[in-house]
Amino acid sequence: MTGRLDLAPAATPEEDERREAARRERAASRWIGLAFGASACGAAGFAAVYATGGQTQLEGLSLAVAFAGLAAGLGLWSRRLLPSGGYVEEHEPFDSPPVEVRLTTEALAGPESPLRRRGLLGLLTLALGALAGAALFPLRSLLPFDRARPAHALRVTPWAAGVRLVRADGSPVRPDDVPAETFVPVFPEGHPDRGDTPAFAVRLDPARFTTPPPGGHVDGIVVYSLLCTHAGCPVALYLRGTARVLCPCHQSNFDLLAAARAIAGPASRPLPGLPIAVDPAGFLVATGDFTSPPGPGFWSHE
Amino acid sequence: MITRWLVRAVLRSVDGRLRVAPLLRRGLAKVFPDHWAFMLGEIALYSFVTLVLTGVYLTLFFEASTVETTYTGSYAPLDGARTSAAYASTVRLSFDVRAGLLMRQTHHWAALLFVAAIVLHLLRIFFTGAFRRPRGINWVIGVTMLALALFNGFTGYSIPDDLLSGIGLRILYSVAQSIPVVGEWLVFLAFGGEFPSDDAVPRMFVTHVLLVPAALAVLIAAHLGILVRQKHSQFPGPGRTENNVVGSRFWPAYTIRTLALFAWVFAVLFGLGGLAQINPIWIYGPYDPAQATSPAQPDWYIIWGDGALRLFPGVDFDIAGHLVPAPFWPGIVLGGLTFAGLYLWPLLERLAGADRRAHELLDRPREHPVRVGVGVAVLTFFAVLLVAGSDDVIAKLLKVPVLDVLSVLRVVALAAPVPAGLCGYLAARALRANGGRGIGELTRRDLRAAPQQRTGPGERDASAAPAGPLDGADGRVELWRDPDGTWRWRYRSGEVTLTANLAYLSREEAERSATTAYRRAPVVAVEPPVPAVATAARRTARRAAPVGGWLALLAIGTWRRRRR
Repeated sequence: MTGRLDLAPAATPEEDERREAARRERAASRWIGLAFGASACGAAGFAAVYATGGQTQLEGLSLAVAFAGLAAGLGLWSRRLLPSGGYVEEHEPFDSPPVEVRLTTEALAGPESPLRRRGLLGLLTLALGALAGAALFPLRSLLPFDRARPAHALRVTPWAAGVRLVRADGSPVRPDDVPAETFVPVFPEGHPDRGDTPAFAVRLDPARFTTPPPGGHVDGIVVYSLLCTHAGCPVALYLRGTARVLCPCHQSNFDLLAAARAIAGPASRPLPGLPIAVDPAGFLVATGDFTSPPGPGFWSHE
Repeated sequence: MITRWLVRAVLRSVDGRLRVAPLLRRGLAKVFPDHWAFMLGEIALYSFVTLVLTGVYLTLFFEASTVETTYTGSYAPLDGARTSAAYASTVRLSFDVRAGLLMRQTHHWAALLFVAAIVLHLLRIFFTGAFRRPRGINWVIGVTMLALALFNGFTGYSIPDDLLSGIGLRILYSVAQSIPVVGEWLVFLAFGGEFPSDDAVPRMFVTHVLLVPAALAVLIAAHLGILVRQKHSQFPGPGRTENNVVGSRFWPAYTIRTLALFAWVFAVLFGLGGLAQINPIWIYGPYDPAQATSPAQPDWYIIWGDGALRLFPGVDFDIAGHLVPAPFWPGIVLGGLTFAGLYLWPLLERLAGADRRAHELLDRPREHPVRVGVGVAVLTFFAVLLVAGSDDVIAKLLKVPVLDVLSVLRVVALAAPVPAGLCGYLAARALRANGGRGIGELTRRDLRAAPQQRTGPGERDASAAPAGPLDGADGRVELWRDPDGTWRWRYRSGEVTLTANLAYLSREEAERSATTAYRRAPVVAVEPPVPAVATAARRTARRAAPVGGWLALLAIGTWRRRRR
């Protein structure tokens, strides 16, 4: 069929048009074939890259080529070889004829329908509600019973009188280990993993205190909770000279000279202080827990 | 010829057991509107497929546990480090599992695209009024899926137990803890204790890989099932009425088109997954409550929440000796209001006087200036929050104090949405009044003239529905009998010719379909139109078929010889 058409001398405009269309479709088929070929090459490339040891960039690239070839081929196919649009489908309204509604209502709520036994239905609802309520009880196991209740756990930390301040590596801290203008994260000795215990020690000039530190100070050394009172991030950015700490999460600022008051950003409460002293061996120890619950606020905070 | 024989054989075999032919024929002929905006939801769907495929691969190597272990592997800086099993296994699957990093990064990029496509799809639905009756139910399902997608994105990037995501989790814990009365118990039950607890990673893992994906799969099935049952809405246009759908048929045009989109989504995601680094947790290090990274930004779909936390001032409330901490307002109340607003929008519009009729024709956004205004205002607010989530980065780039950036953004967040929404409202109203011209051609006169030409939504609807040209009165339906005995019809009006998607077995069926689609168009019986020219594609296929057949024969021959 094609051959004969091709051989015929150009005569009518329709035939010209037909031949032009055929030429365009052949060109499209060629491009689509090329795209699928590229896709196959991409897939083979991926297999080869993987088999020869793998390399993330090449793996991604080859897979991208494989899928892009597929996509380009299919896209051309739908654009050049298939008609777009031109069809219509009826869209019947959703309201059924009234008789249908009446008959369905009848079927659901007819004389022998269970829906008519209101009294029994009420009791059934009661039974199901009781079951649903009872099913909630096992959820309480999500917080194991041997663990502390929320309000207590959030208020109390392992810091207590006589607990030594240690660095992250576990070594105890002497006052001399905290030189001026340095920021030393400290933890309670023997409690490496608690989320609410981290604190930091900083040595400041006591003459500059505008408010006395809540936990007192040892030769200008003050210790505060490391956890921001806004959302619990560690306030680990110490701004030298200004005696301020900054939270990297939401940029709350705390003024260590004014009892760690929140002076900027979204935090509102000051950092809790840790009361400290020096033990007979010359190491820094706590003399009690934080002056208020550390970290972000909660309903039964105080 | 061979194709037809094969297809008929397979179809007969299946049909003899399930009687699928009538259903399948209708399904293949289902009409999809041809508009790019209808593809956004599909992008979300295909991202979800990518997420499932890459995610399943990742679960084979990820260890959901915070048990302390020693990482040994080819990433030298961490070799021998004591970390949690979750972190170590994530580093291992990135460096020591071949193609693992590709899958992990593709998974992460797919999550970003998934949420982005959902949000764009939601905006399309919102601004074109596609949530109106009868589609309110799919709007509710869609908003639920958006919430689930956000939640699953968050748990997904939290489970590797790295420093960056650990900080994010710490913030989420603090925000949830701020809920009055129940907050403390809520977080203690969810996490199994005080932060950071060992139960968090395994619990997040099971919600991330099982509970939420299963819920999403069910909701997607419902979303699509309802879509098929209700059929598509469409933009107004020639031959389009409230009682029909105009476009391409599912088979073959739409199938090939959507498969192409499917492949594009895969191509882009795997390309990004291979070439663009994302979430390099080995650089952040394992989580430690006493350490922080700076700058720290979450994924884009969470960042507005972080921005809100940064902007909201430190105001604690005291209720009868109890504390309501500041993060409650930007964290819980804002998020709750956002989703409540989304869920209730169709209801709000109806309370404000919109009609309760079913709408199959979409609004152009301009036809509803109030909706445009509200949408633009809310989007502006969230855009400011999105920017605020990076205030420290902006401060560093502009070399200004971060607190100044914060002050400016606080003002902008409060001041910008209303004027922006007003601009949107005025522009939409002017566009509606001046009829058809684009937003670039609006003049002051258009804006000033708009109020005079204003028509309330009620009046406009009354003039457009239910009669008028929309019911096809300006054209006619042509009905004919094909040589194979089936009945078909088409609608003609001026230049527009729309062919019915199905062949009907009886004249009555065809007529019923035609008069449903075009209630007021006269139906005339005509001779069958001349069939379209046989396509070149078919000819080339015919030429290629024998080659393929010979190749197949050859292959079978060699195979059998080798077996002997």
